Amino acid sequence: MSHVSSVSPLGSGLARHGGTVRAPKGSARSALLGLLLGGLSCFVLLLPCRATAQPVPLELIRITPEQYQQSIRDVFGASIRIPDNPIEPGLREEGLLAVGGRKLTISSAGLERYESLARDIAAQVVEPRRRAVLVQCNPASESRPDRACATQFIRRVGLLLFRRPLDSAETRSFLETHTAAARALRSFDAGLSAALVRMLVDPNFLFRVERTEESASAEGSARLDAYSMAARLSFFFWNTTPDPELLEAARTGSLLTAAGLERQVDRLLDSPRLESGVRALFSDMLGFDAFATLAIDTTLYPAFTKQVRDDAGEQTLRTLVELLIHRDGDYRDIFVTRDTYLTPSLAAVYNVPLARSQELGGAVPWSRYRFPDDSPYVGILSHVSFLSLHSHAARSSPTLRGKALRERILCQRVPPPPGNIDFTSFEDPENPMKTARDRLAAHNTNPVCAGCHRLTDPGGLALEPFDTAGAFRTMENGVVIDPSGQINGRKFDGPAGLAQILRDTPAVTGCLVNRAFSYGVQRKPQGEELEWLKQLQAQLLETGVRLRPLLRSLATDPRFFTIRSPEPVPTARAETSGTSTSPGP
Amino acid sequence: MSKSRRYTRRSVLRGTIAGAAVYLALPILDSSLNDSGTAYADTGEALPPCFGTWFWGCGLTPELWEPTATGRAYELPEHLGALAPMKQKINIYSGMQAFLDGKVNQNHFGGAQCQMTGMVTRSAGEYSTSLDTLIGNRIGTTTRFRSLEVSCDGNRRSTWSARGQNGMNPAEISPIALYARIFGTGFKDPNAGEFQPDPAVMVRRSVLSGVTEQRRALLAKVSAADRTRLDEYFTSVRDLEQQLDIQLRKPAPLAACSVPPPVEAEDLGTLVGQTAGTHRQFARLLAHALACGQTQVFNVAMGSALSQLRKEGDINGYHQLTHEEPIDPGLGYQPKCRWLAEQHMGMFVELLQILDGIREGSATLLDRTIVFAFTDHGEARLHSMKRYPVFTAGSGGGRMKTGFHVAAEGDTVTRVGFTIQRALGLSEGSWGTESNRATVPFGELLA
Repeated sequence: MSHVSSVSPLGSGLARHGGTVRAPKGSARSALLGLLLGGLSCFVLLLPCRATAQPVPLELIRITPEQYQQSIRDVFGASIRIPDNPIEPGLREEGLLAVGGRKLTISSAGLERYESLARDIAAQVVEPRRRAVLVQCNPASESRPDRACATQFIRRVGLLLFRRPLDSAETRSFLETHTAAARALRSFDAGLSAALVRMLVDPNFLFRVERTEESASAEGSARLDAYSMAARLSFFFWNTTPDPELLEAARTGSLLTAAGLERQVDRLLDSPRLESGVRALFSDMLGFDAFATLAIDTTLYPAFTKQVRDDAGEQTLRTLVELLIHRDGDYRDIFVTRDTYLTPSLAAVYNVPLARSQELGGAVPWSRYRFPDDSPYVGILSHVSFLSLHSHAARSSPTLRGKALRERILCQRVPPPPGNIDFTSFEDPENPMKTARDRLAAHNTNPVCAGCHRLTDPGGLALEPFDTAGAFRTMENGVVIDPSGQINGRKFDGPAGLAQILRDTPAVTGCLVNRAFSYGVQRKPQGEELEWLKQLQAQLLETGVRLRPLLRSLATDPRFFTIRSPEPVPTARAETSGTSTSPGP
Repeated sequence: MSKSRRYTRRSVLRGTIAGAAVYLALPILDSSLNDSGTAYADTGEALPPCFGTWFWGCGLTPELWEPTATGRAYELPEHLGALAPMKQKINIYSGMQAFLDGKVNQNHFGGAQCQMTGMVTRSAGEYSTSLDTLIGNRIGTTTRFRSLEVSCDGNRRSTWSARGQNGMNPAEISPIALYARIFGTGFKDPNAGEFQPDPAVMVRRSVLSGVTEQRRALLAKVSAADRTRLDEYFTSVRDLEQQLDIQLRKPAPLAACSVPPPVEAEDLGTLVGQTAGTHRQFARLLAHALACGQTQVFNVAMGSALSQLRKEGDINGYHQLTHEEPIDPGLGYQPKCRWLAEQHMGMFVELLQILDGIREGSATLLDRTIVFAFTDHGEARLHSMKRYPVFTAGSGGGRMKTGFHVAAEGDTVTRVGFTIQRALGLSEGSWGTESNRATVPFGELLA
């Protein structure tokens, strides 16, 4: 990794990973040593170096609507009402919305919505019963500002919302907002609300701001500071803002030691809140954001009700959480498991009888269900979620399903169709084609098309026994569907055969490792990180592909806490020509 | 971008609230109008122009839509029959193309990107500032909303409007929500007798000033790429500040402004009836918003470029049909595709009629608007980037001539956007990149 080596202040095991470690903020000795060694390596190794160390720019990641909601609930309590904020769609990069979060900004419509949400939330926070709990001090007068009480609130809430302590100038500025508003509206609460609204529309809340405390290495990577590490961990494992204990570990610097980091990682992994993080990871990986715009024709597929649309993703997430977290099962089994959860609405699509759940006296619509061994439904690819998300509104699509299989499950890239293609052979009115297989076979007489369709279609055709909505069928337009095929040199006879092949394909594990890393650090792996991830994949294949050990391996390694500056590290030539890459004023 | 905003001494007032400085931009309509309602009485300045885009996916039926004659003396082909009532206020452009310059054809994306941003990029992640934003920065900086975006297929991602790199302006999909946003809390009826500035709004305004104060310090600490994103965020803050400024001032009466009845029900979806109904609801709301001075810029998308518009009872949407419907040997075209294309044209003309139905003195709202209608492919069946059907409607307050068919075989399709920019007062010498760089507007259309 870095050519700069330094000494761990606590002699921790971090150095064994070859990562750059440093003392908690304020350690002059380590800073000096780092500078000396950094300068030395520039000189001795003749590497491009900076005349003086430049600070690494801050990096911004827009938080997701779910992270916004969860953060608010964690800070102000689960009873806060937060309307959905579907205003700003995400950007999928490298297969993940998490990676696209580094490229997004906030539009005018989005900010308008955030400000409105902020006022709604602030009004709830100062309601008498909540204020008593959340503000923890009483103003001298209800009709005037109270600097002492407001300062206490601003500091405490600011720490949780900004994921780091406010500096004194920030605290002063929020206090001014409180004072001006409380005076103008003759109300302490109105002043407190105004300060809170300002925090909730502040870029330090709406974006995660990643900071480093040291210069970039020659490769352009640098370690996060302790608070940014805490945030990365918390959003990775729990999909929310860091809790007080994690922030305290950042404050004391214990998070910067191997033992302290491992302690926090284990605590995060052992918490029931891990479920939120795992749900968020797989929702992103499987593209469940698309349910918001999924339009299956309910005239042609009457069983595909709005309830089914709402339940479909949840079925898969419950299945994954049960298998991977509660049972500590092997990730590869998600393709072959017959255990799942259903609601009555989903059971209607699958056409199976469902005994009403006895949980909470039958109040919960979800029941455990196991598809019989002879059922065509096996694994998550036969779930309504996968089948309907990758269909057209009124027709199934082997190409869309096959493409999703390649891209989402195997992390492969399917190129877009070429332009200026001629579909004439596909459109023979004299010989109308009955099944998708016939249509695609005709289509693939064009060699330009065949290249990609050879990749996508076999997997998709295996799932043709499931219609657009996910219901089982044996015929299409009066002709028996043939779901057999071949993938990666292995033959299969239908959905169950395909599932078993996937179960045995190492690339499935490699894809999970890659996605989990990219999701956590919110960028794609680069350079030697790829080799590290390959090693992880090999280890998992040997020991069993279990999620907790994978997440733990990632998050206890220093390489998980680097940022890579998108800006080129200046070269000697660039410096002599007077080019500056330092951020301007 | 905020830095390109122009504030004159006349348009900005400075005030204070509890000692904090507050800058108030005057709404452009804060001035009385002349007797005919088409201009300001004090300056004689005409009502400001408006600009809108209207996108539909998968284009029209090739060979059926291009008029044979050019200039004003052309006949509308049958395929465009729906446009007949508005023919004199429309221009049709044919023959133009989007150049790939060696890049991969990103089907259903590159052509629309070209027409809205002047460039074709290697990936969708490089989409940047769009035509409506450029024009809005010139003509629409003092309205309550910088612009309003809607999509008629229930998909927020169906939008081509962007500010800055990846700063896509998400589309509103619900007419009920759009009504609340424009005419709910925060709307000041210009024709209401009484006006009382709300102290709570003044506080909201000062809260945002506090956010803006840290702009410079924060921008100095981020990378160049993040600086652009952060600057867009602060521009969004500025837009909201402006909304609040406008709520704090009494607007001048506007004869053509009326508040539409609330939208009580909606039926979102991609069936023709659903999309047409949603589009009609949006068109009415946008027309009222323009007439009431709430915005001067709007963007309507009928749906995504992979148009899912579908005839009731048919299992295939428009996009699928363009690729899979056989060309009828007798007719020489894809009949279902033709029908869907004509439904789109019917919806376009309905928007124009709604705008034209709002009279402002001796002219109409459409007359002071320019609507730019564009699509993703010249022939969707083949993902063709040639022979794009393009339309404009309205004259932008007499700035652009109408009633023409312009044939510009082989030219870059960005010439249309460039011509509109010229008409609306942008003075740059070119627009676009590489072969899609337009340098010559359609001079015959400029008034």
